[in-house]
Amino acid sequence: MTTTADPTTLEFGKARTRKEDARLITGRTKFTDAINLHGMLHLHVVRSPLAHATITGVDKTAAEASPGVIGVYTAADLGVEGVGLPCAWPITPDMKSPQRPLLAHTTVHFAGEGVAVVLARSAAEARDAADLVEVDYEPLEPVLNMEDALKEGATLVHPDLGTNENATWVFDSGAAGTGSSIDEAISAAEADADSIVLKRRFIQQRLIPAFMEPRACVVDPTGEQITVWAATQVPHILRTMTTVTLGVPESKLRVIAPDVGGGFGGKIGVLPEEMLCVALAQKTGKPIKWNETRSESLLAAHHGRDQIQDITITAKRDGTVTGLDVHLLADMGAYLGLVGPGVPILGAFMFNSIYKFPALKFTCTNVFTTKTLTDAYRGAGRPEATFAIERIMDELAVELGIEPMELRKKNWITHEEFPFTTVVGLTYDSGNYEQATAQAMEAFDYAGLRREQEERRASGDKVQLGIGISTFTEMCGLAPSRVLGSLSYGAGGWEAASIRMLATGKVEVITGASAHGQGHETAFSQIVADQLGVPFEDVEVLHGDTQISPKGLDTYGSRSLVVGGIAIVKAAEKVVAKAKKIAAHLLEASEDDIEFSGGTFTVKGTDKGKAIQEIAFAAFMAHDYPEDMEPNLDADAVYDPENFSYPHGTHLAAVEIDTETGRVNLRKYVCVDDIGTVVNPLIVEGQVHGGLAQGIAQALFEEANYDDQGTLVNGTFVDYTLPSAADLPSFDTSTVSTPATSNPLGVKGVGEAGTIASTPAIVNSVIDALRHLGVTNVEMPCTSQRVWRAIQEAKGNTTQETPIDTHSPGAGLGSIDPNNPQGEVQ
Amino acid sequence: MAQVRVTVDGVNYADDVEPRTLLVHYLRERLGKTGTLVGCDTSNCGACTVHLNGQSVKSCSVLAVQADGAEVTTIEGIACDGKLHPVQEAFNEKHALQCGYCTPGMIMQAIDLLGDNPDPDEQEVREGIEGNLCRCTGYQNIVRAVQSAAQKMKPGSPAQTDTPVSVAGGGN
Amino acid sequence: MIPSKFDYVKPASVAEAVQALADGGDDAKILAGGQSLIPVLRLRLAAPSVIIDLGGIAELRGIREDGDHIAIGAMTSYHDIVRDDLVKQHVALLGQATETVADNQVRHRGTLGGSLAHADPAGDLGAPALALDAQMVIAGASGTRTVGAAEFFVDYFTTAIGDGEILTEIRFPKYTGWGSHYEKFNRTAQAWSMCAVAAAIKVDGGTISEARVGLTNMGTTPIRATGVEQALVGQPATADAVRAAAERATEGTAAPSDADAAADYREHLAKVLTGRAVLAAAG
Repeated sequence: MTTTADPTTLEFGKARTRKEDARLITGRTKFTDAINLHGMLHLHVVRSPLAHATITGVDKTAAEASPGVIGVYTAADLGVEGVGLPCAWPITPDMKSPQRPLLAHTTVHFAGEGVAVVLARSAAEARDAADLVEVDYEPLEPVLNMEDALKEGATLVHPDLGTNENATWVFDSGAAGTGSSIDEAISAAEADADSIVLKRRFIQQRLIPAFMEPRACVVDPTGEQITVWAATQVPHILRTMTTVTLGVPESKLRVIAPDVGGGFGGKIGVLPEEMLCVALAQKTGKPIKWNETRSESLLAAHHGRDQIQDITITAKRDGTVTGLDVHLLADMGAYLGLVGPGVPILGAFMFNSIYKFPALKFTCTNVFTTKTLTDAYRGAGRPEATFAIERIMDELAVELGIEPMELRKKNWITHEEFPFTTVVGLTYDSGNYEQATAQAMEAFDYAGLRREQEERRASGDKVQLGIGISTFTEMCGLAPSRVLGSLSYGAGGWEAASIRMLATGKVEVITGASAHGQGHETAFSQIVADQLGVPFEDVEVLHGDTQISPKGLDTYGSRSLVVGGIAIVKAAEKVVAKAKKIAAHLLEASEDDIEFSGGTFTVKGTDKGKAIQEIAFAAFMAHDYPEDMEPNLDADAVYDPENFSYPHGTHLAAVEIDTETGRVNLRKYVCVDDIGTVVNPLIVEGQVHGGLAQGIAQALFEEANYDDQGTLVNGTFVDYTLPSAADLPSFDTSTVSTPATSNPLGVKGVGEAGTIASTPAIVNSVIDALRHLGVTNVEMPCTSQRVWRAIQEAKGNTTQETPIDTHSPGAGLGSIDPNNPQGEVQ
Repeated sequence: MAQVRVTVDGVNYADDVEPRTLLVHYLRERLGKTGTLVGCDTSNCGACTVHLNGQSVKSCSVLAVQADGAEVTTIEGIACDGKLHPVQEAFNEKHALQCGYCTPGMIMQAIDLLGDNPDPDEQEVREGIEGNLCRCTGYQNIVRAVQSAAQKMKPGSPAQTDTPVSVAGGGN
Repeated sequence: MIPSKFDYVKPASVAEAVQALADGGDDAKILAGGQSLIPVLRLRLAAPSVIIDLGGIAELRGIREDGDHIAIGAMTSYHDIVRDDLVKQHVALLGQATETVADNQVRHRGTLGGSLAHADPAGDLGAPALALDAQMVIAGASGTRTVGAAEFFVDYFTTAIGDGEILTEIRFPKYTGWGSHYEKFNRTAQAWSMCAVAAAIKVDGGTISEARVGLTNMGTTPIRATGVEQALVGQPATADAVRAAAERATEGTAAPSDADAAADYREHLAKVLTGRAVLAAAG
């Protein structure tokens, strides 16, 4: 009972390999689809093929007669026409909120929306019967274009709302008193020969989170509590929202997120399918399983991004920025997701980024269309903001003839200026943009690549080199509850933790964060090992089950370490405080004379001491403990952060563009991120790599498009092109650290950094490679075709318009002609 | 119904299956081999990769009946007497997984790749696993892990002697 | 993800397979490697009543030398073709194109015959088969017949294989000593070809004496770039000469338009890639 960690080898900062890997590399996993219960029935959703239509009839006869079918149900059959799925973020008091039904009952509002469900004894039988459900539709005009949707006389997605505008949210630094007036800044710049007003429009294409594990849930109603297993990031929120949606008492619900295969924001929703499984489990008294296919997931799981950004920047000719005016249109899709309307608002505070703008105004209008709803996707609002500011800084540099990095240096907050309160009223606690940038530029060989670029330009090389910069920051660690309150967000931003000292000295840590790939079990074990002075191996982290971890707000917004990790520290402090009392009692010393280090309580100036495990055992035995306390070391904590955290970094990309074909080849990517203190560098590196890949994928590969009928044309992984290993290079990633001052660990969060930073670095590099050819913009993703067309247009050559429809004879699997499915196939 | 006789991870099975049953569904639902995962419906993601008679295949693109008489190895069958396969070890050591959903398929394909090419360079690894999608890692640590495993599996390295021959043989 | 129900037969000989096809009628479908068919079944884009699995017919697998031809069984996998020494020596272009198909797992299962019979214009093996004048051996109730590649590809997903017939063997003339290259252009590594060019070139003393060029995904079938071939013969194997000849790559094409590439871009790519393929083939 005297084993303690060696105090000279702190866990903090150690590149521990992950505890959670053991089950994941051997196939001993429990993803939701692996949960099978006796008598379980399988749910299949009949989805609308049309974007906008009136349902005129549903004939269930044939489906009901199909083998193995238990029932076929519409919303009316289930009595859930009046049930609406929750939106927890009413961004304005007069925000228009359509009811989002579990199943469309009169009108379908996007292609993929559920119309009926089949319940059968096997998944195959449910699938077979779904083909036999005949739904009659009266097509309505789809609403696809945000600008058209806002025009007078536009077809309305929800006629009862009287408009396609969901809400308009405004932040004006002049009105808020956090800065000066943008109108004055623009007028002043227009009147000043030594100033410039620059306007640009950027398009944030629609993306699909595309977590690798499709969504799934299993609901077992047979116990005293209804148990829900779900592939979710948010088991706690799902439990509360199930109560809000269906009225099942929260105490009668247990939600378990077993192994969850990625989320990236895509699994923060409360799904109609989850609610239908609960309703049907109650109705039938049987366990129900729902498991979506990838095609269903791409079609019906929430999408991300999809904004039109009109940006106006004003600056002095010497490069000093004087104002930023941001006008956004944000596509909500057909309904509001759990936090969908607030996603663009999260970006409002990040458009000024690391720059000292005196004036900023942000206006965002959210728009309904007949498309799949949008909600959080990795970065949620902040990648969009970072893209716009980093792109327009490059545009400004070109207009002013200033080297783009020099322009940034001229405007950023210098390291002596922290803490710095920005034009939107946020206080950045720490950072050092100079240091990260210097280190990145050296690793990148910025000067050398600029020389090579000059040479290639001069020689008219067919392969041109482009260099792209993104000096980003983000606000993460969502979030101070009071700030969320001021934004009308429907929850707090705290996180909970508990620590249980077991009799034998082992430690159970319970967190309200819910990991789905982040490595919490490892990183939190490291924190606790240091806090309590116990071996890393002796710590068990428990999470993702409301019965085990009853209190929590789950995992999103780079919050798990910055908020959840601090809650664990606070709980550990309480454990140590309790143990100290018992130690003093057992060592017959004053509590003031007890010191705690490396897991051992010692009496100052003596060699008398007891390990924390001994104290835990003594508390368990309870034979001898102070009278004024209970015999236990366990502790709970809830931590509510006072501020966001502000990771930052300098990302540099070099692309080679084959000007004959338009192919973009990412040759080099260097980033230096300041994420504060690093708990586990191995995990940090992994988070950055993955984040980069997703941000680069937005820049180069991915897009979710709809045809003029409102059909998603990227409805499989054939058409929604995730990059493979062969499409990406190795990245040169490193960190510098200016510890956060807002929390005791000095941590800032790393989950979203790579995604937020990388997209503009890539697009800036693509345009930089082509700028001398006259190219001023390439829409994302910068496919070879778009790049080639941009070059042709710059040359004055007219080119053909690209059809959006991918279903041409030669597009591979997606090309199988649905009208001729019997074609010769072997 | 059609009969399928198959050896999976060293155990013989005989079952009646619907001809339409995909190998991956047979493995998961009939044999309880839920370590092999389904990530897409178009053969793009590779999460369901297993070895069929020593060659990597996407088990969503093979009917169970086509595996009649065959030997199948899944992620659950590559550790030997409690000792991890070198590729499994390397995935842990190099942090080549996050959510772990692509991992079984990725490991099975990596083993196949190393059977064909025992010492691949970075580009060869990247091309060798191009049929397996990962959304978490950006692939960099997966590439590192495969190259690290290659070193461990080289003849003469300490790990090599413990490597199950049928698995190390990979694609041959 | 779950196909519709079907019956399954696994004939042991070509004769049995032909009989099964006759028995199965219009709804019968041949299963070769299954790497296109099974995804199509999963998505329920096809719902055949019976699947005839050729996997049990040993005679359909293998690569052999047959006089001045290399004969490849229709059920020979991509994997085996890529590694075969006869292919490397005499029909290198086929191996090069095959190596670019999909990914390793698919190449373990997918077959040459399956790919050619599927006749997806974005498939990579039609262009080399066409450029190299492959002969398709087709078995039916009344015996076998041989169809040249030029007649084999009829339309997209449509070939000269008749009802009740099965593609059994693909015969390639030998191109021993020729240079060859398959230049493929796609959106991501595992995506289908936006456009690709198969080129086999014979160079004598720096001059191109013979040329075979086939195009992938430039029409409803693979297309032979005869204009380019004619323009190349007699020319020096230099960049300028080859690029000039490659300008004729779009003759006779009917490039499709889709989101990856509208027709004008495909036509441009065909020219650029033809130049690159021929230069690489010429070494």
